[in-house]
Amino acid sequence: MEIKFILESLLFSAQRPMSARELREVLVNAANGENAEEAAKPFKKIKEDELSAALEELAREHEAAARSYRLVCVAGAWQFVTQPEFSPWLKALVGVKNRPPRLSQAGLETLAIIAYRQPVTRAEVEQVRGVNVDGTMQTLLERALVEQSGRAEVVGRPALYSTTAFFLEYFGLRSLEDLPAADELRRISVERPPAPVTAEPGLATVPPEQLQLPAEVQRGEEPPAPAAPVEPGV
Amino acid sequence: MIGRFMSEYKVQFEVFEGPLDLLLYLIKKEEVDIYAVNLTKLASQFLEYVELMRQFDLEVAGEFLVMASTLMYIKSRELLPVEQQAVVESDEDEGEDPRWELIRQLVEYKKFKDAAAQLQGLESRQENVYPRVPGKIEFTADAAPAKPEAGIFDLLNAVNGILKRLAEKAAATREIYEDKWTVSEKMEFVRNLLAGRGRVRFSELFELAANRTEVVCTFLALLELIRLKQLACFQSEPFAEIEITLAVTPAVDGEEDLPSVAATGPADRAPLPAAPEMPGNPAAPAGSGAPAP
Repeated sequence: MEIKFILESLLFSAQRPMSARELREVLVNAANGENAEEAAKPFKKIKEDELSAALEELAREHEAAARSYRLVCVAGAWQFVTQPEFSPWLKALVGVKNRPPRLSQAGLETLAIIAYRQPVTRAEVEQVRGVNVDGTMQTLLERALVEQSGRAEVVGRPALYSTTAFFLEYFGLRSLEDLPAADELRRISVERPPAPVTAEPGLATVPPEQLQLPAEVQRGEEPPAPAAPVEPGV
Repeated sequence: MIGRFMSEYKVQFEVFEGPLDLLLYLIKKEEVDIYAVNLTKLASQFLEYVELMRQFDLEVAGEFLVMASTLMYIKSRELLPVEQQAVVESDEDEGEDPRWELIRQLVEYKKFKDAAAQLQGLESRQENVYPRVPGKIEFTADAAPAKPEAGIFDLLNAVNGILKRLAEKAAATREIYEDKWTVSEKMEFVRNLLAGRGRVRFSELFELAANRTEVVCTFLALLELIRLKQLACFQSEPFAEIEITLAVTPAVDGEEDLPSVAATGPADRAPLPAAPEMPGNPAAPAGSGAPAP
């Protein structure tokens, strides 16, 4: 029996999402015990990563088959879910999902910063957003999307925050690696612009022809500035 | 001018998440790259908005004022020739260009704002994803049919094994116990154990038993529960460990009763050889036997 089909049958019947580890336990249990059936015995010593590989393959096959449902891994646990485009009919069948109200813009921004930068202090989040995040943070904590994950070893030992497993479930993410554009956002290195930042003609005070724009000199040095004082009345 | 701002302001203010958000909005309106933005012009526009907020008597968050002052600083600094510009009093690095710092902040904020938009997409997508929820399977695990029910002799045999093991242990250590167990208590114990687990191995019932009396009490409780048809015992093959499960629901009981012949019968009137210290508990009706179907 092919392992992926065994897993498929298990996930098809499972009452809840199952991790590779839990699936392995089932296989081992089936192979052990006095009344283990012959067919189950070959999988007695199967490894977790073999299972993960089989699950990946199974998921790819389902994807390729383009059915109305697919196999997904959310927060490390596998389950069959329907494709989102079938929701109009599913809503009619089982009703609208019981989900808390959607997150506000402030909530999403704060959550994004925590997700990509975790563990992160409140002050660091505020620095990026440029506003106070006390209220938003409280909401995220109450909704169990983030949790306190320790304290920073700096003056005052401020609390550090991280996202929870529920965060992954809420957004249908497999892991934090699965976050969109994760690599880019985790540590944004903002390049100093090659040209002066206010090179555009029409600056408040300086006639365009007086602007010094020797980019090669100014790179990484003092900012470009008007070459000469102009209107004395300023 | 103000009129235009007013309408825009009414619509837009709600969604500004802070001064950076407002700045990004202003930059977007200019249709220029963040790096190429004219900060002096931006400063003026920003101040206009803040002024507008004030005219509307709306509470202007402190962050907007801080940003306004930063912009004012940048703007005023631009007015001076390079050699007269104040050296940025900053202990970090070699003095960060305030404009550069603002641009850096804007770029960073913009990226997270985009990430937030992507999360929002995932959020609404997830609302429309339904997991498969299979119906609960009533008869758990591999149900009875394949296994013959265990008879009274199998049970006696099993309890005898438990008592022997206990005797071996007792030979090593000698402790005095108070006889505090009753069959009815043990019935409760067995019932609770099965209610939680659905199925237990025979030996598990006796794992915590301290002495013969307790083993006997538990065993009598087990027999009574079987007699009351609350439990059923199965043995997968001769001499295998006996398993105890909750009996099938009464409704189904009638049809399901056929294989239970082996469990009962005259044998359950057999004396209990292994129970010499049996406490005189009136609730021990093991001898009454389970009725045959």
